[in-house]
Amino acid sequence: MNKFKGWLGNEKNHRFLIPLIAILLGFIVGSLVMIISGINPSKLFISLTRSVFGINLDKIGTGKSVFNPRYVGEYFVYCMPIVLTGLSVAFAFRTGLFNIGAEGQLMVGSFASILIGIMVPGPSFLILILMILGGGLAGAIWGFVPGYLKARFNVHEVVVTIMMNYTALYLTNYYYKQLPGSSNSKTIELDEGLTLKSEFLSSITNNSRLHWGFIIVIIAIIIFWFIIEKTTFGYELKAVGYNPHAARYAGMKVERNAALSMMIAGAYAGLGGVIIAIGTFGYGRVLPAAEGYGFDGIAVALVGGNTALGSLFGGLLFGSLKAAQPIMQSSGIPRDIAIIISSMIVLFVAMQNGIKLVLKHIGGAK
Amino acid sequence: MDYVIEMLNITKEFPGIKANDDVTLKVEKGEIHALLGENGAGKSTLMSVLFGLYQQEKGVIKVRGEEVNINNPNIANKYGIGMVHQHFKLVHNFTVTENIVLGMEPTRSFGRIDIARAAKKVKEISERYGLSVDPYAKIEDITVGMQQRVEILKMLYRDAEILIFDEPTAVLTPQEIEELMSIMKELVSEGKSIVLITHKLREIKMVADHCTVLRRGKYIGTVDVADTTEEQMAEMMVGREVSFEVEKGPSNPTDVILSIKDLKVKNSRGLYAVNGLNLDIKAGEVLCVAGIDGNGQSELIQAITGLTKVDSGKILFEGKDIEKESVRHRTLMGMGHIPEDRHKHGLVLEFSLEDNMALQSYFREPLSHNGILQPDAVRAYSDGLIEMFDIRSGQGSVTQVRSMSGGNQQKAIIAREVERSPKLLIAAQPTRGLDVGAIEYIHERLIAERDAGKAVLLMSLEMEEVLNVSDKIAVIYEGEIVGVVNADETNENELGLMMAGSKKGKVTTNE
Amino acid sequence: MDVLYSMIVLTLIFSTPIIITAIGGMFSERSGVVNIALEGMMMIGGFFAATAIVFLEKSDGWVGTSAPWLALLIGLIAGGLVSLIHAYLSVNLGADQVISGTAINLLAGGLTIYLSQIIFNQQRTETFQAGFIKTTYAGLSKIPLIGPALFTNIYPTVYLALILVLVSWFVLYQTPFGLRLRATGEHPHAVDSMGINVYKMRYIGVVLSGCFAGLGGAVMVLTFDTQYTAGSIHGIGFIALAALIFGQWKPAGLLGASLFFGFSQILGIYATSFDFLSKIPAEYFNAFPYVLTVIALVVFSGKTVGPKAAGEPYDKGQR
Repeated sequence: MNKFKGWLGNEKNHRFLIPLIAILLGFIVGSLVMIISGINPSKLFISLTRSVFGINLDKIGTGKSVFNPRYVGEYFVYCMPIVLTGLSVAFAFRTGLFNIGAEGQLMVGSFASILIGIMVPGPSFLILILMILGGGLAGAIWGFVPGYLKARFNVHEVVVTIMMNYTALYLTNYYYKQLPGSSNSKTIELDEGLTLKSEFLSSITNNSRLHWGFIIVIIAIIIFWFIIEKTTFGYELKAVGYNPHAARYAGMKVERNAALSMMIAGAYAGLGGVIIAIGTFGYGRVLPAAEGYGFDGIAVALVGGNTALGSLFGGLLFGSLKAAQPIMQSSGIPRDIAIIISSMIVLFVAMQNGIKLVLKHIGGAK
Repeated sequence: MDYVIEMLNITKEFPGIKANDDVTLKVEKGEIHALLGENGAGKSTLMSVLFGLYQQEKGVIKVRGEEVNINNPNIANKYGIGMVHQHFKLVHNFTVTENIVLGMEPTRSFGRIDIARAAKKVKEISERYGLSVDPYAKIEDITVGMQQRVEILKMLYRDAEILIFDEPTAVLTPQEIEELMSIMKELVSEGKSIVLITHKLREIKMVADHCTVLRRGKYIGTVDVADTTEEQMAEMMVGREVSFEVEKGPSNPTDVILSIKDLKVKNSRGLYAVNGLNLDIKAGEVLCVAGIDGNGQSELIQAITGLTKVDSGKILFEGKDIEKESVRHRTLMGMGHIPEDRHKHGLVLEFSLEDNMALQSYFREPLSHNGILQPDAVRAYSDGLIEMFDIRSGQGSVTQVRSMSGGNQQKAIIAREVERSPKLLIAAQPTRGLDVGAIEYIHERLIAERDAGKAVLLMSLEMEEVLNVSDKIAVIYEGEIVGVVNADETNENELGLMMAGSKKGKVTTNE
Repeated sequence: MDVLYSMIVLTLIFSTPIIITAIGGMFSERSGVVNIALEGMMMIGGFFAATAIVFLEKSDGWVGTSAPWLALLIGLIAGGLVSLIHAYLSVNLGADQVISGTAINLLAGGLTIYLSQIIFNQQRTETFQAGFIKTTYAGLSKIPLIGPALFTNIYPTVYLALILVLVSWFVLYQTPFGLRLRATGEHPHAVDSMGINVYKMRYIGVVLSGCFAGLGGAVMVLTFDTQYTAGSIHGIGFIALAALIFGQWKPAGLLGASLFFGFSQILGIYATSFDFLSKIPAEYFNAFPYVLTVIALVVFSGKTVGPKAAGEPYDKGQR
């Protein structure tokens, strides 16, 4: 017991202990909320199991089929964009910037890819590449603006990015409607060769919407890790994030790095938008409001400690909550419990100083 | 014995450190009692305990013979104890009066603050003790000397009988120091008692009656100032015989490495901190820019290294114009910089030791190759420096720099800058906050660089360092060099006068 | 001319929630705590006010008739309660105030809709009848010039906002409490050394911001709508933050800035009255206030100097 306590108190372990504890506490609070509202919290876990593994615990012992791979496919569909927005927020955080604008960057990324897909003629394979790159570029531009304003005018990126989220929403909505053939709620569907959809992947997951986007996600994760850990650029970004004064002293171009970093972060979020638009749906959608991918990205980044692998795990975690929402709704649990749990997890991560103190106390430090 | 304050066997601990270890201090009524010790000896902590900012773990405090429990500054105030802080605790955009009455505001109808009444009382007190201030002036607009008077008035407004002065002369000109000494004597003649926290022996000799010495948190002893020499007090402070000399041979200056012509640099408030400055620095020589803090020396260094933009004038490095060049460019041209604030500029505390060692060369072979870091090369480089410069850390190259001691952090910075063998080594307050052993080491290295034919530009606020380490001393006053003298041909008094601007000394030509 | 008067009235109406919320933000930031959760606290205030009034309006007697004002009070209290989370994290735990604020915004979004589901079985509150109604004040509206601008077809909550501006100015600049609060945001060590409790000051600052933001959200829902929905607040809390920065953290400044942003919101409504504006698509008008905020922040970037110690957790041990 004492060894465990000591292990808890050791600061080096706190890096992954804090997120784990935050997740645990978040779920506990969520369960309490459910209990107070008269709902059985076990329903939450049944929904989660079903949404992630496709296993319907309620059906065990009934003779009906327990496993439905469609849920597994859909689960990954939910995870993909938020891993990307998580990487987006994480990348900016490493440079000391708070990218709340992943939401807007994602939206312009979606739009750019749809725009290219509908308007630009050419061989499918080429256009598809253009769509992906274009979406990333659009996100990069949307991220560059707050980065540049911060660097040049020291305007706080939090308010600017939030304003740009709303701007992105309204402008993309308008321009979607201007595309040829669009209705008031969506554009025409993309040609067959211009989506990331896959008959093959669908077929092995009982007709889920699983698509090739996950390859983009994996490549994105690897690139993130490589840039941050292996390159001099990543070294500079980290230095700027920890101590911009020392970075300047060392001859680094702090402002340029800030703008560049926001561009890359924007590109990641833009790619998230791309895979939603051309992977999950295959057409552009006019949105009544932002869908929350950006905020999920914040949760993912924070829980993942702003690392590549952490963003993957964070994405898998919060993706499970998102995927469980429709199941929960149909079994009588208000779907917003997922948001409550997510926000509580972020809250507990924010409380890390307090949690660390408690852990150290348990560990026996004076 | 009529003791107005007795602090008996005080122990105050912080996580990992005993700031005060069984310390006893007894202050007589109507005396000026000096509290002497090096940086980190525990003087400020002890007084913070007295003033109620901290609570002691062990020990007893008595005020006028009565045992008391001081939990916060309000209670200290009630017992008549007041503190004049080293780093002024003044709200910069409030007026003098607002700062003085904060927490004790007189009110009139509807709960409004009665500023007129407060200002009147401030004026009365200031006149009584000879501390002239303008009650309606804003703090950010008045001089440092006047700001200090506001700090003193804060305490007198609250009828303090016992005044604690925490390193009050660090930011004053010699004239202002004289004024302060006479203010203190005036206060004492009006019946106040004063505790003077300082590490300046000369000032203790000037005004103090008794002196209590602390070293590394421990109580060393109390002496009668009149009967004790400065050397004896220094020995108590440091623990061994202190010679104030530094071993060095004569210098062999050669070519001019850096030439500054009519330089003007604005500070953050838009005023010219460097105001038409001219200076030449030669290889093989230690040139020290000396002056009272706030006369432009920091801005000068920042302009030379490229951290601040130049408004007008020229900086020539080996004959080439560098005013518009980037920091990186100047580093590559052969400049090394040991910054004033090692935590702010010199190190990334969250990085490991090796990552900090690489701070100035990560972008070059062999530490990186085509933009990809080479971790093995970085490790080897760092290990080598640790060995060469005897840098102590918890786990060698992978230690997080934040956990290292101040002295070793500074050693790391010096190792990094010196190893590159820069033609011009700039050292800004390189020994600030360090213990005597580290100070000796750093002085030796600076002399070694000079002997290897490099130019060393030293910037220091410590008179002893200035006189003992430098070959030439350039005094800076209000952004200009008002005199350049040979270190062995001058003394503290002459330098003090130049630093206060009153004697524009002879400028020896660099022949 | 009539168009001009109705523009003034509408500007005042749209500015009201911004003004109230920005005042709250001012108290928090002036005490040294950055609060970007104004949006979330507005949502909480709006939701609880909307929910309260659904039940209150059913009562008889004075409760029924003063239902909207009671609902405002409930929104105020709800906002204040939620802000305690931010206060605890920022003041006691020294947490990153921007992350804490973001978490509260997220939580508010989820909690309000969740409770709507639990209480009303739908993703929004039930509609209510007894919200504030536009009133024309008989005698006053006849006064030349200001009559039609201030007393015609206007919500009484506008007066509330204007009164609060005056009150906040008085408290901040005339009372001892205000002096101490401002000092806490500039130099908490100085305040501590004068025996004033920095933590207490900051708690008060944050809770006040929660109360004001809750009130602002409540006003919004009870004047602009007949129910609380997920889109009720749509970024006004952030615009209030920008108004605060734009207004240099001062009551008069934030009043002007809020009016400016309020005006930018109504521009779209009047687009059709002015030829050159009517050609611009509706979505551009929707985006205008937000784009304007960014531009304003850039233009005023050089001059914005907030409370010196804002955003930094207070560390007693530092010297």
